[in-house]
Amino acid sequence: MKMFRLAATAAAFLLSLGAVQAQTTLRIGLAEDPDILDPSMARTYVGRIVFAAFCDKLFDIDEKLNIVPQLALSSETVDDGKGLVIKLRPGVKFHDGEPFDAEAAKFSLERHLTLPGSFRKPELASVDHVDVVDPLTIKLVLKSPFSPLLAQLTDRAGMMMSPKAAKAAGDKFGLHPVCAGPYKFVERVQQDRIVFEKFADYWNKDNVFIDRIVFQPIVDATVRLANLKSGGLDLIERVLATDLKEVRADSRLKVATAIELGYQGITLNIGKDKAKGPLSQSAKVRQALDLAIDREAINQVVFNGEFQVGNQWVNPDHPYYQKSLPVRARDVEKAKALLKEAGVTPPVSVDFLVPKGAETETPAQVIQSMAAEAGFDMKIRVTEFATGLKQAEAGDYQAYMLAWSGRVDPDGNTFIFLHSRAPQNYGDWNNAQADKALEDARLVTDFAKRKASYEVLTKLVQDEEPLLYLYHRRIIIAHTTRLEGYKQMPDGLVRVVGLKLK
Amino acid sequence: MLNFLARRLAQIVPTLFFVSVLIFSLQQLLPGDPAMVMAGEERDPAVIEQIRHQYRLDQPIPVQYAYWIKGVLSGDFGESLRNKMPVRELIAQKLPVTLQLGAMAIIIAFLIGIPAGIVAAVKKGTAWDYGANFFALWGISTPNFWLGIMLIFLFSIELGWLPASGYVPPTENWRASLAATIMPAFVLGNAIAAVLMRHTRSAMLQVLESDYVRTARAKGLWERSVILKHAMRNALTPIITLGALELGTLLSGAVLTEQIFSIPGFGKLIVDAVFNRDYAVVQGVVLVTATIYITLNLIADIAYILVNPRLRG
Repeated sequence: MKMFRLAATAAAFLLSLGAVQAQTTLRIGLAEDPDILDPSMARTYVGRIVFAAFCDKLFDIDEKLNIVPQLALSSETVDDGKGLVIKLRPGVKFHDGEPFDAEAAKFSLERHLTLPGSFRKPELASVDHVDVVDPLTIKLVLKSPFSPLLAQLTDRAGMMMSPKAAKAAGDKFGLHPVCAGPYKFVERVQQDRIVFEKFADYWNKDNVFIDRIVFQPIVDATVRLANLKSGGLDLIERVLATDLKEVRADSRLKVATAIELGYQGITLNIGKDKAKGPLSQSAKVRQALDLAIDREAINQVVFNGEFQVGNQWVNPDHPYYQKSLPVRARDVEKAKALLKEAGVTPPVSVDFLVPKGAETETPAQVIQSMAAEAGFDMKIRVTEFATGLKQAEAGDYQAYMLAWSGRVDPDGNTFIFLHSRAPQNYGDWNNAQADKALEDARLVTDFAKRKASYEVLTKLVQDEEPLLYLYHRRIIIAHTTRLEGYKQMPDGLVRVVGLKLK
Repeated sequence: MLNFLARRLAQIVPTLFFVSVLIFSLQQLLPGDPAMVMAGEERDPAVIEQIRHQYRLDQPIPVQYAYWIKGVLSGDFGESLRNKMPVRELIAQKLPVTLQLGAMAIIIAFLIGIPAGIVAAVKKGTAWDYGANFFALWGISTPNFWLGIMLIFLFSIELGWLPASGYVPPTENWRASLAATIMPAFVLGNAIAAVLMRHTRSAMLQVLESDYVRTARAKGLWERSVILKHAMRNALTPIITLGALELGTLLSGAVLTEQIFSIPGFGKLIVDAVFNRDYAVVQGVVLVTATIYITLNLIADIAYILVNPRLRG
C-alpha cells in the first residue's frame, strides 16, 4: 500500500511537471540546427526551411515548379537575354517598418554580390549591375544571357533584406535578421530554438493565421518523431522512409510528401584516379557497373519502396526528364560481356567512398552485393562527410556516393558537377560536347530549346557515365491533425502562409 | 595548507598552456577543411578561398595559434564560423544548462547510489545485496542512448507525462525546466549511481569490520546509530571526492545524453562544432572544460584535506 501511495505521488508529481501551457504556436522539429540566418551567407538546406517563414523572395515556385511572383509582380527578359526587368509589389514593408522598393531591392541584390563571404555571389555571377528604373521597377543588367537567373531568385539570392538593418548590423545581420516575410524574428538560442511571431504589416497578412512559430532542432529522427507523437511538436521534417508505415498508422498524424528536386548518385572518378583503375579508363566498365545495379531493388529493400528510382539529374516526373532515355533494367550478363569487351579480368576492385549514415551505408552495401555478381569488388570505405569531401576533391577515390539536394532549375543540378571547369566536377569528366550543351542551355529561356540541349547532355552522360544517378528521395513531412492546410512542395521547404492550427 | 594551495595554483598555468597547445594542434589533425564544411553544398572555390582568408585559415598554424591565444588572454575566444556568434557568448549560454543537468544528475546519483551501497554492505550476502549489485551492473552497462530512448517511449509517448526533449531555463519556468531535465539527469545520474554504489559498498564493508564499529556495537548502540553515525561518516570521505570528480566526467558524459534529449548544453555544442569543423568553438569549449576539470580536481584535493586532518601535515 505504502509503495502504491509512493508511486501514485511520484506519478502525480511527474504529471504536474509535464502540464503544458495552452498552445497557440506552431512548433516545427528540424533535423539540424540551421547555420546563420543571413540570406547572403546562409548555405544549409535546413536554413532554407527557416527562411521560408520570415524572408520573402522576389519569386517563388508552385507545386508544378512554375516560377510565380512573391515580392515581385512580374518579370520580363529584355536586350536579347542580357537584361531582366522586374516590377515590384507595392505597399510591402520590412519587419522594421522600412518600405520595400526598388532601392531596397537593388541594395539586397548588391549585398548578395559584394558582401565578403557571400555564398550568393556565384549564383548571381551573371549579373553585372542593377539599375533602378522607377521606384517599383529594377533592371538586372547581365554580362551574358543566363536563363537560370529567374530560378536563382526563387531562393536565397532573391531574398530581400531591410537596407537600414543590414547596413547597421553588417556581417552580424544574421543574428537579428530583418526581412519582409510573414513572420518576424524574435529570438534564437543556438541548438535549442528559433522563435518568430506574426508580422502585422505583412503584405499577405490575411492568409497568416498562426501567431508564433518555434523551430526546434532535434537531430535524432526517432526522438523527433517521438516529440511529434507526444504532442511536443506539431510538424517534423525528414521523417525516415522506414518510419512511414508507423506514422501512417497513427490516426493523430498526417503525412505530406513530395519527390525531391535532387538526386542520389555515385560519382565515378575518371580524370583524377591516381591508381588508373579500369573504372576510370573505360566507359564500358562504368556501363557494366551501371547495368549491375537494380535500382528498384535498392528502393524496395532499403527504403520500403518509398523513393523513386531514376537515371537522370531530375526525377522521372520532372518537366526536364528525358523520357526517351528511361532507366535501364539490370542485366548482369550484359555487364559481364561489357567487362570482357573492355578486356578486364574480374573481379574489378573499386575503392568505394561512402559518407557515414544509414541512408548511404545501407544502399552502398546492396550495391556492393549486386555489383559482385557482375564481377566488381566494391571495397566500401565509410568516411565522415567532411573528410570524404576533402578526399573526393583530391581525387582519392574511385566511386563516391554523393547526394545533391537539388535546385529548381536543371542547371543547378548539372553545370557545377558535369562541366569540365566546374568546382564540383569531382570525377574530372572532361567532354567538350557536354560543356557546349551545358552552356547552350544557359543562353536560352525557351523550354523546348533548353530541353533539347539537356537531351544531348543526357545521352553523353549515359554513354560516358561520369555519374550514376540512382534514385530520388521522398521528402517526408509529418504533422499532427491539428494542423490544417499543409501542402508539400518539391523543394522540401515548409511554407507557413495559409496554415491553420485547430 | 597555504603552501600546498600556492603550489597547486602555480601548476595550473603551465597545464592550461599545454592544454591550449594540445587542443590547437590536435584539431589540425582532424581531416576535412573548415571552410569547405562551412560552405556546405555551396562549394564555390572563390568563396571558399575568401572564407579561408577571412578566418586566417590560410596562415601558418603557429600564427593562427598566436592570434587565438592573444584573443583568449583578453577574454575573446573568437567567433563561430558557422553562425558568427562570439564563442564567449555561446559558452555563457550553454554552460549553465550543462551545469544544471550535471548537478541534478549528481543529486540523483547520490540519492540512489549511497543508500543502495549502504544497504548492500549492511545486508551483505542477502537478496538486498544481490539486488543492489545487479542494479549497479545494469547501471554501468546500460548505454545512455538506449536508456534515454526507452524513457522517452515510456514517459513521453506512452504515458505522456514528460516532454520528449528540449530545454526550458529554470528562471523562465522552474516546473517546465525540471520536467525537461529530469529524464536526461536520470540517464546521466544512473551510471554514476552505480559507480557510487559499488564504492560505498566496499568502503562500508571495510569500516563495518573495523574495531571501533565492533566497540560501538558492544556498547549496545542501536544498529541504525552504528551505521549512520559511526560507520557511514568515515566511509563517505572517499565517496565525496569521487563525486566531485564524477561531476567533471559529467561534462563529457553529457555529450550523448544532450544529443538524445536535444538539450542545448555544452556537450551538444562541442559535438556540433566538431562535425562542422567550427574550430574556434571547439577550442573555446575544450579550454573551458579543461579549466573546470582542473578546478574541480583542486577543490576535491582541498576537500580531502579538510575532512582528513592527517593529510594536513
